[in-house]
Amino acid sequence: MAGGVDVSWLVGGPQGSGVESAAGIFAGACASMGYHVFGKREFYSNIKGEHSYFVVRASSSEIRSNVSGADVMVAYDAETMLRHYADVRGGTIIYDAAMEKAMIGDVATMDENYAARLGAELAAAGRPGGVEGAVAAAREAGTAVHAVSFRAILSSLADEAGNPKLRGMTRMFNVIGAALSMGALGVPRDVTLGAIRRAFAAKPEVARLNEMAASRAYSTAESELGGMRCALAPLGGPREGTMLAQGYHGTAIGKIAAGCRFQSYYPITPASDESVYLESHVELGVSGGRPGSTLVVQCEDEISAIGMAIGSSIAGARSSTCTSGPGFSLMAECLGWAGINEVPLVITLYQRSGPATGLPTRHGQDDLLFAVHAGHGEFPRIVYASGDVEESFYDTARCFNYADVYQVPVIHMMDKYLASTILTCSRFEPSRVSIDRGKLLTGRAGSDYRRFALGGDGISERARLGVEGAEFWCTGDEHDEAGHITEDPVMRVEMMRKRLSREGLALRAIPDAEQATLHGGGKIAIVSWGSTKGPILDALEEVRAGGGPEMRFVQVKMLHPFPTSYVAHLLEGATTIVDVEANYTGQLGALLARNLGREPDHYILKYTGRAMTSTELAGALRRVADGTAGEREVLTYGA
Amino acid sequence: MAPRLADYKTGVHNDWCPGCGDFGILNAIQMSLAEMGVARHEAAIFSGIGCSGKTAHFVNVTGIHTLHGRVLPFAQGAALANPGMRIVAVGGDGDGLGIGAGHFVAAGRRNVNMAYIIFDNGVYGLTKGQASPTLKLGTKTKSLPSPNVNYNVNPVGLAVTSGFTFVARAYSYDVRQLKEVIKAAIAHEGLAFVDVLSPCPTYNDVNTRDWYAGEGTGGDGAERHSRIYRLEDTGYDPVVHFAGAAELDEKLGQALARSLEWGERIPTGVFYRNETVTPYGGRIRDQIRNYAENPPALQAIESGGRAITDVSPMLDDLRA
Ligand SMILES: Cc1ncc(C[n+]2csc(CCOP(=O)(O)OP(=O)(O)O)c2C)c(N)n1
Ligand code: SF4
Ligand SMILES: [Mg+2]
Repeated sequence: MAGGVDVSWLVGGPQGSGVESAAGIFAGACASMGYHVFGKREFYSNIKGEHSYFVVRASSSEIRSNVSGADVMVAYDAETMLRHYADVRGGTIIYDAAMEKAMIGDVATMDENYAARLGAELAAAGRPGGVEGAVAAAREAGTAVHAVSFRAILSSLADEAGNPKLRGMTRMFNVIGAALSMGALGVPRDVTLGAIRRAFAAKPEVARLNEMAASRAYSTAESELGGMRCALAPLGGPREGTMLAQGYHGTAIGKIAAGCRFQSYYPITPASDESVYLESHVELGVSGGRPGSTLVVQCEDEISAIGMAIGSSIAGARSSTCTSGPGFSLMAECLGWAGINEVPLVITLYQRSGPATGLPTRHGQDDLLFAVHAGHGEFPRIVYASGDVEESFYDTARCFNYADVYQVPVIHMMDKYLASTILTCSRFEPSRVSIDRGKLLTGRAGSDYRRFALGGDGISERARLGVEGAEFWCTGDEHDEAGHITEDPVMRVEMMRKRLSREGLALRAIPDAEQATLHGGGKIAIVSWGSTKGPILDALEEVRAGGGPEMRFVQVKMLHPFPTSYVAHLLEGATTIVDVEANYTGQLGALLARNLGREPDHYILKYTGRAMTSTELAGALRRVADGTAGEREVLTYGA
Repeated sequence: MAPRLADYKTGVHNDWCPGCGDFGILNAIQMSLAEMGVARHEAAIFSGIGCSGKTAHFVNVTGIHTLHGRVLPFAQGAALANPGMRIVAVGGDGDGLGIGAGHFVAAGRRNVNMAYIIFDNGVYGLTKGQASPTLKLGTKTKSLPSPNVNYNVNPVGLAVTSGFTFVARAYSYDVRQLKEVIKAAIAHEGLAFVDVLSPCPTYNDVNTRDWYAGEGTGGDGAERHSRIYRLEDTGYDPVVHFAGAAELDEKLGQALARSLEWGERIPTGVFYRNETVTPYGGRIRDQIRNYAENPPALQAIESGGRAITDVSPMLDDLRA
């Protein structure tokens, strides 16, 4: 980022204190000034009280990930201060003076293990085990630390407005904190107020009060918070055709554009945001046609969710369900039913850390091999992974086409990291979405319609329900061409071939560029899949900028069937293969070994539940380049 | 040409045991569709797994033989995506009230417009006669090594309290009543449930055809009588007419009370019927005004291979 602006801003507080909306306001303001924005949210499986934080990075160049550390931190509570003071080396911390005297023991929500480690660290440096100690440590590390009484700001606002009730509106502390930091960073007041207005567009009165509070905070910032080491001056307004999207917008709007008209789901983090978005946009405009709609059904469990989606797909609607690991585990049997009955279906799988409930609100790419193998028996499927939010919009449409054309269930791999990011990206272009429903039969059938007719390329005409002359049968048992049960060994062989040969068909017909993507070049080749894309691309830039070697990055998008020969082609000439994944075992590495007969030389893995930063990844890649890396490099940055 | 009964029969070999009660239910379904004149392509049978699950292959309309316990989710998905279809779900008592019990309760709450028929034989037929959820506590069928240690579910009572808006019981050897009940269930606006007592001569030697016919009744001078009686013969009125609180209490209460009768006298017929409750499809119309005219399965989503849904309002909302 030589010469450019690149600021990482961290805001933290108890869950329910408005951390997310503060981050939304900051991100909105930065985007409207023309910055590239990338932020991610970290939170506990909890509704109120536990520690949550958001790191938003704003840069004058394109960015796709977070870096380690922060330049500016706004702490609403002692826990944020205690957990993150060390992240802000040399930057600025603004915290609510109310917490000044808090000790580690006062923070009931802090994990015991964490509290013990922190206490020991501060004690070793001879500092008090509380906010005071953290402040002293931060100052010694060169960080500017400002205590500001948020309550005093509210009080003066109340006095100014002649409205004593405002004194009690501590709900606005989040906006006060954000505005203090934004004022200090030199974000023009009207930009911040505009971002607040947009954030509370649905509640004008709330917007007005928050704007007042922010204005008051700006005055405090001007008089008390000088000497910032970084600034965010406007870059000339929002970049043309740029959106500020949240992680789930890609798949949700992608589904709408792709014509998904039925979505069933059972609530689960981090998947339900997508369904809730669809639920809030059910009626749809359709060019040249009657208004359309997405029917979203909240089910009694994930078995029902996938069962309903299958029923709806049989009826003829593009249908989908969206879940995370625990729900996908429950879906396994139905997945096989869709497979043996050649039912098109898209399952959007927002992974999180498992097993069981694992780290329910944390990131992980734990479920690749599970997605590839889920369900008993052998049946065709496609497993497809998106690398970022923008990709996920176009990939969603692709997944529906694959499902329809190959008449298979498609598992679209997303994850918690993608789901909880907020970022600027190019406006999605629906004009680039093509729709191919494959051999769907909606008109009258010819005589002797057989749903599973053998012959041709193995993909038979698929009637939707209600087509005259095209009555059909489906069964989870092996079946004959009409769909009736059979245990005939010859028919079994024919049907297995009919179904499973389409994996090869898909590999041959789907363009290479949709199956895997090559970024850069070099002897060292990184192989990865899914949301590591952003950190990898940023880390590669960082390595290069620091005088390190060029490296190539092979992003595998189609993970099953595995594009063996294309990936082998992309890896030609590589001397070192590095597998990067957010899991313990290096699951893509296992697929490479199985399909290419080539095991990665190094694994860079992270399974703390926190996404990789480009900083720590660049560090590991430098070690690979200079020959000091171990076979397993395990990353651990982040609270 | 008026549909004939034969049109609703497939040539698929029926492998049920001789004397299985399920034959009566199959015939009644086929007769109902024929008598109602339901066009073959406008109906679909969804079934669970079990002996009963094979029904989908014997009726000559589209047949979807799903997974054990999952017939209701599959069927509801189809019924919601294309509400113009006549959907009939069928399955065993183990299928619907054991492994699928959660779906049973949830389906009642939804009240999707379709019919659901349980083939209630007291056993897991296809897995060789283990106790099903409807078998009474302490009953020992010949297939069980020792008497059943579990209390039974009350299918009719469970349906009534779960929100099903049509709840009936019938007997597979009274095909005339069974057929009328099934026709009413199919015609019902909302979710209709029919619990069909269906003897399994192979594994359940307790609740046999003879037992239902009165074997073991009488004695001590009293006359032997069929255990089965028809509610309609007693002047019982299952219908909720006005949906006032008092009437609802009365109709639900009487249905529950009758559902508990068993042994000497077993009621059949319609226990409860309430068309004043808006079915799910109607509830959806509050969110999606043209749901009935343009349901999910029939919507145009592309033109010449291009997407035609307008997502620009959503994208405009996200403008930086
Ligand atoms: C998930 C699963 N578990 C177990 C089975 C084995 N199974 C097949 S049929 C059946 C029970 C059938 O009993 P019921 O539903 O009452 O139907 P019936 O055969 O009596 O008509 C079971 C347990 C299965 N098919 N799937
Ligand atoms: S086992 Fe029982 S239910 Fe199954 S076919 Fe035989 S008689 Fe009928
Ligand atoms: Mg049974």
